[in-house]
Amino acid sequence: MDYFLQQLINGVTLGSIYGLIAIGYTMVYGIIGMINFAHGDIFMVGSFIALILIVAFGITSSLPIVLLILALIGVLIVSMALTSVWGWTVERIAYRPLRGSFRLAPLITAIGASIALQNFVQISQGARNKPLQPLIPGGFTLTEGGADGSGFIVQLSYSQILIIVVTTVLMIGFTMLINKTSLGRAQRACEQDRKMASLLGINVDRTISLTFVMGAALASVAGLMFLLYYGVIDFYIGFLAGVKAFTAAVLGGIGSLPGAMLGGLLIGLIETFWSGYFSVEYKDVAAFSILAIVLIFMPEGLLGKPEVEKV
Amino acid sequence: MSNLKKDSLFAGSVKDAAAGGLVALALFGMMIGMQADVATGLGGQLGINYRWGAVAIAVVIVFAGRLLLNLFVWKSDKPVTRTVGSLLPKASSFSGLGRFATPVFLVLAVVLPFLLTYFLGTRGSRQYLDLAILVTTYVMLGWGLNIVVGLAGLLDLGYVAFYAVGAYSYALLAQYFGFSFWVCLPLAGILAAFWGIILGFPVLRLRGDYLAIVTLAFGEIIRVVLLNWYDFTGGPDGLSNIPRPSFFGLDFERGEGNFADFFGLEYNSIHRIIFLYYVILAMALVTNLVTMRLRKLPIGRAWEALREDEIACRSLGINTTNTKLTAFALGAMFGGFAGSFFATRQGFISPESFTFMESAVILAIVVLGGLGSQIGVVIAAVVMIGGFEFFRGLEEYRMLVFGLLMVVIMVWRPRGLISVRTPSISLSGKAKGISADLVQEGHG
Amino acid sequence: MSNWDNNPVLAIEHLTMRFGGLVAVGDLSFNVGRGDITALIGPNGAGKTTVFNCATGFYKPTEGRIVMNRANGEHYLLERMPDFQISAKAKVARTFQNIRLFGGMTLLENLMVAQHNPLMLASNFTIGGVFGLSGFKSAERKAVDKARYWLDKTGLLDRADGPAADLPYGDQRRLEIARAMCSGPELLCLDEPAAGLNPKESAELNTLLNAIRDEHATSILLIEHDMSVVMEISDHVVVLDYGEKISDGTPEQVKNDPKVIAAYLGVPDDEVDDVEEEVGL
Repeated sequence: MDYFLQQLINGVTLGSIYGLIAIGYTMVYGIIGMINFAHGDIFMVGSFIALILIVAFGITSSLPIVLLILALIGVLIVSMALTSVWGWTVERIAYRPLRGSFRLAPLITAIGASIALQNFVQISQGARNKPLQPLIPGGFTLTEGGADGSGFIVQLSYSQILIIVVTTVLMIGFTMLINKTSLGRAQRACEQDRKMASLLGINVDRTISLTFVMGAALASVAGLMFLLYYGVIDFYIGFLAGVKAFTAAVLGGIGSLPGAMLGGLLIGLIETFWSGYFSVEYKDVAAFSILAIVLIFMPEGLLGKPEVEKV
Repeated sequence: MSNLKKDSLFAGSVKDAAAGGLVALALFGMMIGMQADVATGLGGQLGINYRWGAVAIAVVIVFAGRLLLNLFVWKSDKPVTRTVGSLLPKASSFSGLGRFATPVFLVLAVVLPFLLTYFLGTRGSRQYLDLAILVTTYVMLGWGLNIVVGLAGLLDLGYVAFYAVGAYSYALLAQYFGFSFWVCLPLAGILAAFWGIILGFPVLRLRGDYLAIVTLAFGEIIRVVLLNWYDFTGGPDGLSNIPRPSFFGLDFERGEGNFADFFGLEYNSIHRIIFLYYVILAMALVTNLVTMRLRKLPIGRAWEALREDEIACRSLGINTTNTKLTAFALGAMFGGFAGSFFATRQGFISPESFTFMESAVILAIVVLGGLGSQIGVVIAAVVMIGGFEFFRGLEEYRMLVFGLLMVVIMVWRPRGLISVRTPSISLSGKAKGISADLVQEGHG
Repeated sequence: MSNWDNNPVLAIEHLTMRFGGLVAVGDLSFNVGRGDITALIGPNGAGKTTVFNCATGFYKPTEGRIVMNRANGEHYLLERMPDFQISAKAKVARTFQNIRLFGGMTLLENLMVAQHNPLMLASNFTIGGVFGLSGFKSAERKAVDKARYWLDKTGLLDRADGPAADLPYGDQRRLEIARAMCSGPELLCLDEPAAGLNPKESAELNTLLNAIRDEHATSILLIEHDMSVVMEISDHVVVLDYGEKISDGTPEQVKNDPKVIAAYLGVPDDEVDDVEEEVGL
């Protein structure tokens, strides 16, 4: 039971990170119907920017707690801004010129952009792992193990709390942004019918660009969270995290924001429990199998709209 | 008046270029300018190496590049590209290139080893022969995938799985049963086709991007299994000492009764390389011949019809499930053949050779060449793989350039280099090529 | 007794199709006579295309039976068959409201694809074909001849080697009919064949359809809005409204049926009572 609780906590934390990345996939797929293959690498760039900021400003766990929190908020804002520029640039260079052309072309440029980003970071930042001392050590111990070493110690670390809280707050704010503002309305209009939206005076290119910017900003949050949670990153983390986040988006129902979050949580939980109870080696197989199973048997996902085949 | 216009053009260009430079500064300022790396003397902790000079260079390049492009291409009344463009061959003439290039490529491919050894000697030609083998392997893989993606319109991002199945089939059959390459080759193809059907069956209902992502997942699953099933596949250590192919029973070793001895030649290790080159060339040409033949048969036309409109196919009595499966199985089979060749050439295989990146490269060759175009695959493979290898000196930058090249070529020619479809049958005997703009890309 | 009740090629019995709560077709029964041109008409949204989709296997009906009686005495229950077998075995071919051609393939290739099944058999499921056995060669020649015949019939012969997507709209409609005919159907289902045609093309279409019926032993079931086409060529008209049959008979009978007039034209408010009385409501 205690072991289960610990896995649950870890799963929710991991799921929050996947969920944040998944939103970027789901929004882009919703609006232009393409898999933004480079999104996982945008997440990776985001976590690198956060890492550089943390190291450059000498942010360590020895800072007073208030200062530490303020510093992390600063890092978050700067890295969201800079990662957005990356997201915007990728869209501008690799996808916008191909708007309305052949469907496979943006998929290929997306793969190309993904390869280019990975290797750019490998060259500019070096191929080695980047370990970071834990910034927010400590946490609550929920259950003590028995004195004789029996029982299992369940811990909820401060960084896990931070990740879950930040994700929840961002999710709420973001959903409000999409539901209540004119930008959100423009976005939904472009999803339905891009040509009509542009006839009605919506700047479609700008709306799509903003979608990429928002997706990239959320991915950079996920990047910082990943860094805080795992304490080590490299230039290759984007691929796997990207595929899993895409799985999450599909599982939740692609195009649906709450679906992306729900899917993220489920994938995080499944992966954690699979590693906890079965085998760590095959945890990626679990995630990939779920992706395949969901797509084959339930392509509309949990919260998505079914696609009707018109004859 | 015209002076005023010129001024505003210049001012506008500078403004735009400055914006570009600013974006570049935001992009590169930290990612290039500040390298977080494990510094010496800090006890394994991260430190920052500052490299502002590199950032300045990058920003200046972007600024200057945009300024020049603005002045002479994008905003100019007389874009330089138009002048240069008239000197360069027109995009549409690439279609003519296809017909013209086929016999040239074929002859060149056949005589290549002799040309190389003649001009560069056996020692000097070795690396180029290796490269030629590599390129030809990718040509074969591209042709195999072309059946699935180009003809049937099924987007497969996990093609490397079948390459891996072929390679491991040969390696394992040779290891456990001692079968020779020539016995294993058909077996590997059959096994790969079998896997193609197994993996293909559940995903046939999916369309477009979803199919792509599931095939990607299958490819990764196979790789992870190969990586972790230590007892059987050797895990990350891979399998080594894979036997080399023989020439009708003659081995390419030093000593009596072997190839060199039998033909009264002096032993030279280049013989094996040349032999391997002809093996893969023959395999690739067979792939091509079979594909060309199938295009003119009902099954090939059904594939293309499936790419154009699946519902119409069903209304005409075509069993779309079987049709898709045959495409999957055939594509997989050729992938399997290429895989067992890869195993025998390397003598060593490990899951590292079968990452998603390989699938992406093969797909890129097919799409860049022009979907469904056989000669396009050759050109794309030569350009991408061959060109890629020439950057060996700049080891680190190759993949970066490769990725950027994929973006640039696609933006330049979204339909690929050869974007003309040749009709499979003609009533008048002089059917013209069909522009790719009319050809559908498939939905599933 | 009418031909369609005596000798039906297709019998639709108590067909019901629901999409969620929406009843697109409710308890519909009618027959299509062998050798007839039968028109299925009705206002937009009456459920005509749904009937087509059920008969050609693209939808599985919620309830009901669709029986195809082939000339050789075989009977097929279409609602139980996968879509591709309806064309292959029951010999029912169709066209689509929003034309579905193989746009990137030539006209000839389009018609060759329609003969997929016999050609597949002749190529021994590709194996014989790969080695160029003579059986396949002659089968292919025959298929090309058949395609040439239909291209000639539809006046498209001179464009045989051009891509289908390049054809003007009216030609695309005719090519789709030619393609369906190449699959050798006993029942041809046409979904709005005259939509978007000019009067001249419309008249040519009538000639073509009459020729198909008279010279090729093929019965025709068509959905059409163009009343001039319907009244001129049909032997039998079935009228649908809100998924139910409101009239069924010869063009003359249907034309004078007050229910049909009410459904099509609506009636002025002050005449509603009269009409309803007449109709029996």
